[in-house]
Amino acid sequence: MMENEEISPEQSGAMVGTFWSLRLYVAGQTPKSLEAFANLKKICEEYLQGRCEIEVVDLLENPHLAREYQIVAIPTLIRKLPQPIKKIIGTLVDTERVLVGLNIQASSGKMMQDSGVRRG
Amino acid sequence: MVSDRSLVNIRQDVLAKCPTGIQGFDEITAGGLPKGRPSLVCGGPGCGKTLFGMEFLVRGATEFDEPGVFVSFEERPEELAQNVISLGWNLQDLETNGKLLVEYVQVERSDIEETGEYDLEGLFIRLASAVDAIGAKRIVLDTVESLFAALPNELILRSELRRLFRWLKDKGLTAMITGERGDRNLTRHGLEEYVSDCVIDLNVRVKSDIATRRLRIVKYRGSRHGTNEYPFLIGATGFSVMPITSINLDYATLMERVPSGVERLDTMLGGSGYYKGSSVLITGTAGTGKSSLASAFAQSICATGGKCLYFAFEEAVSQILRNMSSIGINLGQWVDAGLLKFHASRPTTFGMEMHLLTMYNMVKEFNPSAVIIDPISNLSSVGNEEEVKSVLTRFVDYLKGRGITTLFTDLTSGKTAGEYTEAAISSLMDTWILLRNIETNGERNRALFVLKARGTDHSNQVREFVLSSQGLELTDAYLGPEGVLMGSARVAQEVRAQAESMRRSQELKGRTRGLETRRAMLEAQMASLKQEVICLDEEVEMFKVEAMAQDDALAKGRDDMARIRKAD
Repeated sequence: MMENEEISPEQSGAMVGTFWSLRLYVAGQTPKSLEAFANLKKICEEYLQGRCEIEVVDLLENPHLAREYQIVAIPTLIRKLPQPIKKIIGTLVDTERVLVGLNIQASSGKMMQDSGVRRG
Repeated sequence: MVSDRSLVNIRQDVLAKCPTGIQGFDEITAGGLPKGRPSLVCGGPGCGKTLFGMEFLVRGATEFDEPGVFVSFEERPEELAQNVISLGWNLQDLETNGKLLVEYVQVERSDIEETGEYDLEGLFIRLASAVDAIGAKRIVLDTVESLFAALPNELILRSELRRLFRWLKDKGLTAMITGERGDRNLTRHGLEEYVSDCVIDLNVRVKSDIATRRLRIVKYRGSRHGTNEYPFLIGATGFSVMPITSINLDYATLMERVPSGVERLDTMLGGSGYYKGSSVLITGTAGTGKSSLASAFAQSICATGGKCLYFAFEEAVSQILRNMSSIGINLGQWVDAGLLKFHASRPTTFGMEMHLLTMYNMVKEFNPSAVIIDPISNLSSVGNEEEVKSVLTRFVDYLKGRGITTLFTDLTSGKTAGEYTEAAISSLMDTWILLRNIETNGERNRALFVLKARGTDHSNQVREFVLSSQGLELTDAYLGPEGVLMGSARVAQEVRAQAESMRRSQELKGRTRGLETRRAMLEAQMASLKQEVICLDEEVEMFKVEAMAQDDALAKGRDDMARIRKAD
């Protein structure tokens, strides 16, 4: 199961020019994986409309891919872009923590400010 | 915790062992690690856990044709490879041949954010794919505890670890899990809770500035095993564990004798020297000639073509060679001939157990017919009496078991009595020779006596032991009013004895002469008496003749008278 999903931009915010490349590692369609994917999708739609790409990697099909980003826990979300790489494990239930973990600063609702992101 | 299924497994595979190939380890565990089950190796930092695991895999791959996976949570594959290249293990080669696979699992707390539930399926998948890739039979997880530092949710982690160990069992992998030693528990995070079949503890203890590595089998379910702490060495070829502990007194006793190197000592010992395979102790104060006696023994062993291993704990080899050549013992030739091997080291270089291990390994390597330890008293500087005794007991047993004659020297201090050993090991010894300095008449002389010699008709005499450039010699015993006469007193005694015998022979001569004179006198007397008798006889004869002549004369006179008177 490998799927790419583009989320079309709904709103051009402050993060113009920054593209988010995310990869979600799962192992089969377990409830945890599905939950994580749903949560991630929601966050992307809400905060990164149109500027983010989600790639889902199923390790059951491609076990060798676990080595590249040192995947141990499932599900794991990797922020490939912008640099540096960030890693979040779990079902991504806590949106705040996901945003902090991905360095997406959600100031005043849906506005995002992140100096680190600009650098990348 | 133990499911019904695994109970059944235990019953079935009660003796299934997986040999590690690690020297000595398989002996103390009666075959190795439990096959198809996880074992825990715990210990503090730097005690050799990683190496132990690596050797388990390398030996498995090279000696038992069992491929293995090394899961490293701490060190990178290239670091691991570099660390063991000095032991002659080429991980790269093994990996190319599909015998070994190093799976590096890097988990760092700093770059992981956690939210919501998760499991360690990713790790499982990686392990499974590594195991399947080479058909691994063995696996090492070094050290799984890193996960505790990296993953914040301990609850999840613990249940996942439990699942991991079950998974390893189900896969039939002989697994070794390493764990850092904790303050109260065997491991910091209580891994022993999950791995309960076999637990091995490695530790390093420093005593008197000397570190000794030790290994202990904390538990081994369903198997007998040695319970002691075994010293081990990380040497040039990897681990070696010292298995000598069995104090079995069942070695064969040999009737053969080996000469001691001092001719008259052989006689003192009842004919032809020490028994082969026996233990000989030479005690004495400083400068009584212990090393010389030991060297004489080495010389006699080598001269008969035997091999001798000489552990020198006091002197450098060159010094021994020089000193011995001064008393006519040329040990250098035997060293050159490869019959004599010295191992000189300060006792303080290693701990007690390490010495034992070194000696054990050297004996195994060199295979000598005699071993000399000169002196054992120096060993007590690194261990207490009990330790020294325990080590020597094991060593003596080991050597006796191999029929090797052992000679120990022991330096006793001048203050203590002669019949005392520093390490209280006299009971271990079959022959005990005591050397003593005896001070009389302003000089010190060496005395030797055989305190005991099991199974021999040995002399009870105290002999003077003379070291000269001609070699070692035992002289005749001279007993005086103050005991044995030694040195110049002995020489004086010899002179006195000589004078006495001379005087006696003079006296005898004088008396003989006197008697002869008397006899001559008597003979002369006899001769003169005889002469007198002859004279008397002659006188008697003369008288007779005279008387006859007188008678004739008288008769003639009468006739004349008658004629004159004209008698008719």
